[in-house]
Amino acid sequence: MKLTLNIWRQAGPESEGQFETHALDGVSEDMSFLEMLDLLNQKLVMSGREAVAFDHDCREGICGMCSLVINGEAHGPVKGTTTCQLHMRSFSDGDQIVIEPFRAAAFPIIRDLVVDRSSFDSIIMAGGFISARTGSAPDGNAILVPKTDSDKAMDAAACIGCGGCVAACPNAAAMLFTAAKVTHLASLPQGQPERQSRVLSMVKEMDEQGFGNCTNERECEAACPKEISVATIAQMNRDYLKAAIFTD
Amino acid sequence: MSASSPILESNSPTGPIADRWANHRFDLKLINPANRRKFSVLVVGTGLAGAAAAATLAEQGYSVKSLCIQDSPRRAHSIAAQGGINAAKNYPNDGDSIYRLFYDTVKGGDFRARESNVYRLAEISNQIIDQCAAQGVPFAREYGGLLANRSFGGAQVSRTFYARGQTGQQLLLGAYSALMRQVASGGVELLTRREMVDLVTVDGVAAGVIARNLVTGEFERHSADAVLLCTGGYGNVFYLSTNAQASNVAAAWKCHKKGAFFANPCFTQIHPTCIPVSGKHQSKLTLMSESLRNDGRVWVPKDNTDRRTPSEIPEDARDYYLERRYPSFGNLVPRDVASRAAKAECDKGRGVGDSNLSVYLDFGDAIRRDGAPLIAEKYGNLFQMYEMITGENPYKTPMRIYPAVHYTMGGLWVDYNLQSSVPGLFVLGEANFSDHGANRLGASALMQGLSDGYFVAPATITAHLASGKVQRLNTDHPAFAEAEAEATARSSKLLGVQGGRTVESLHQELGQIMWDNVGMARTAEGLKGAISSIRSLREEFWNEVRVPGEASHLNPSLERAGRVADFMEFGELMAVDALAREESCGGHFREEHQSADGEAARDDENFSHAAAWEHKGIEQPKELHKEKLTFDYVQPSTRSYK
Repeated sequence: MKLTLNIWRQAGPESEGQFETHALDGVSEDMSFLEMLDLLNQKLVMSGREAVAFDHDCREGICGMCSLVINGEAHGPVKGTTTCQLHMRSFSDGDQIVIEPFRAAAFPIIRDLVVDRSSFDSIIMAGGFISARTGSAPDGNAILVPKTDSDKAMDAAACIGCGGCVAACPNAAAMLFTAAKVTHLASLPQGQPERQSRVLSMVKEMDEQGFGNCTNERECEAACPKEISVATIAQMNRDYLKAAIFTD
Repeated sequence: MSASSPILESNSPTGPIADRWANHRFDLKLINPANRRKFSVLVVGTGLAGAAAAATLAEQGYSVKSLCIQDSPRRAHSIAAQGGINAAKNYPNDGDSIYRLFYDTVKGGDFRARESNVYRLAEISNQIIDQCAAQGVPFAREYGGLLANRSFGGAQVSRTFYARGQTGQQLLLGAYSALMRQVASGGVELLTRREMVDLVTVDGVAAGVIARNLVTGEFERHSADAVLLCTGGYGNVFYLSTNAQASNVAAAWKCHKKGAFFANPCFTQIHPTCIPVSGKHQSKLTLMSESLRNDGRVWVPKDNTDRRTPSEIPEDARDYYLERRYPSFGNLVPRDVASRAAKAECDKGRGVGDSNLSVYLDFGDAIRRDGAPLIAEKYGNLFQMYEMITGENPYKTPMRIYPAVHYTMGGLWVDYNLQSSVPGLFVLGEANFSDHGANRLGASALMQGLSDGYFVAPATITAHLASGKVQRLNTDHPAFAEAEAEATARSSKLLGVQGGRTVESLHQELGQIMWDNVGMARTAEGLKGAISSIRSLREEFWNEVRVPGEASHLNPSLERAGRVADFMEFGELMAVDALAREESCGGHFREEHQSADGEAARDDENFSHAAAWEHKGIEQPKELHKEKLTFDYVQPSTRSYK
């Protein structure tokens, strides 16, 4: 198939960016979206131009490295799918496709479609862990975890940290990302000792990193490639409220 | 290759195998807690091995610096492991033990692994589960709250712990959270989007690395009292593999060129259940958990001219070749056996699909027996992924699968302390060679990465730090300036060629040579041809590669070019090793060495050793060092799955 691509190009964080239009022929419907971009890049390089920079790694939907807003949707049109798993059979011959980076103040653009998501690491650093020094753990079965709690923890822990939720949110909020980690750890007995301090400091860090607030748009849930539920946000809000009132 | 090859000592402890690790730990020197902060440790890579090691060493009080190639340590390719992690807990009370896990791993590795290491791995496996559970890894549970287990990869016991189909992700996020906790407390300095481009040695001892800041393009000098290389495997030498795009051999290869021996590079694992190649555009292959073989039946049409759709082919026109050839294990034979059998059918022209390079994995019987909902509960996410990639619905038509490069058992040679032949350079996880022999069992990679990272290296690192060899150098030493100048010159050279071929097309060509000649079946003739083809392709690379842009900004084309340049050198060593190993074992199958019925024929008399290659210059022959493998406990026997 033949496509027209409108792609965001930007030389660096301080440079001004603009859309560039490329006609691309010879796209197979079996290609993944990123393989389509590989094809474009090979053509650009052979015609003496620079390849479009984009983040990607595992290309199987689990590392969370790929991004892109495709025709206005984070990770493109297919539900529960990362950009790397999106295949060109979801598009038609003659389509025009607009490709942009994830846009948020807390995700500054590095180059072209590549953004800096280290603000997510900062949120995890603020408390997205259970303090369990290596070697100090009791036997695995000494801690009983009801299956329903474990399943709930796993549903939330499936988050891949891609930032699609932020890109989809009109406020560029990181609520779903933060809430997923808070819910994962709060659902488990191992997570209880630090439960209150965790939620307070992660939320504080989220604000300090420049993410917006939640206004219940639920765009994050719709865009999330792992279909993390906004129920996690409700859980985080409850935990935050309790912690804010009861913590000394 | 001659009998006069130098012999390499593993520094393995002796005595009863069950006591070796405990005794060895006692014999290792300790460093006083207050003094540890004076020792700097550089950890390259943040996969399971790297993240676990960096976090643990910081907890112990060392000054740790951690480098990762991605934008966050949470991305490393350990994250993609699906199936699970083995441990000898024997929670299901089905006869498992540390000794049995040890035995199975030595046997599964086709008697080409070091007994002492494997026993230690089996012993530590239990602590790993405890550690991960305490960190909040959401392992699968029984209704009573106990940890759940399943049987995996043909094991006769249920020893695999798992977190749905995302075990690697959850274990990595556990290690990542431990690491970020240390970054927050100042125990670890974390540098992301950094690529190690050289190892710096002074008087043959590791003194640090040169890294490129991938965002600014700057080369940086990092000195350290010990360097831990946790940079994964080299499967991408084949171009198409299940590895992530950034997975590469460059860091390990640079260490090799600075004196670290490379062991058993020809031991690669080809995984039987991957989605077949759909065309030249394909950039990677996707693995589907081999748990699918628990219920799926593998077959091809008996008649290779039979082009009917699978549903039109009646039972008596199908050949369920694994069930026919291996009546006792059937569809559950180990990975190397299943992969070779699929290749054999396709070589006979019985392959299916447009390319004739795939076989059917059929769930029809399982769906009729158990009903679609039960099958969906077990494999729903895999079926969905398959449909997303191929556009075919596996509930209605059999899946098509073909083997793909998945894991590399070879790697930098290390002794029992995980120290390479360069003092002060330790190698962990898939990057080393030690524990899986010639074939890795399912659910053992995660176990080894975490064992090395959480438990082994943090104990054995004192073998260097307290040895008196530590030089306490800083980056003003001329060796750093020299290595940085070399790295800068290489990058300018890559940009300067401005030839007529893209990095990808050259990589793809290398991959084809490797797949055809150093893949599932190898011959002396093919390997010799591959060596000369790789040499000429390497020359072409340096004359014809076109790398756009500058070195002074984020330039993915330049990054990739550097990695492919190293694969062009490394591929030759793989072929040389495969040629030297005149036997078939595990993932290494030499067509000249097979039994009458086509099974691997091992030669214990001449090849019961690890082949560790020393670099002597790119155009010079490598020197082979042999580490003799002795089996005091598990007597070598022929693996039979019939």
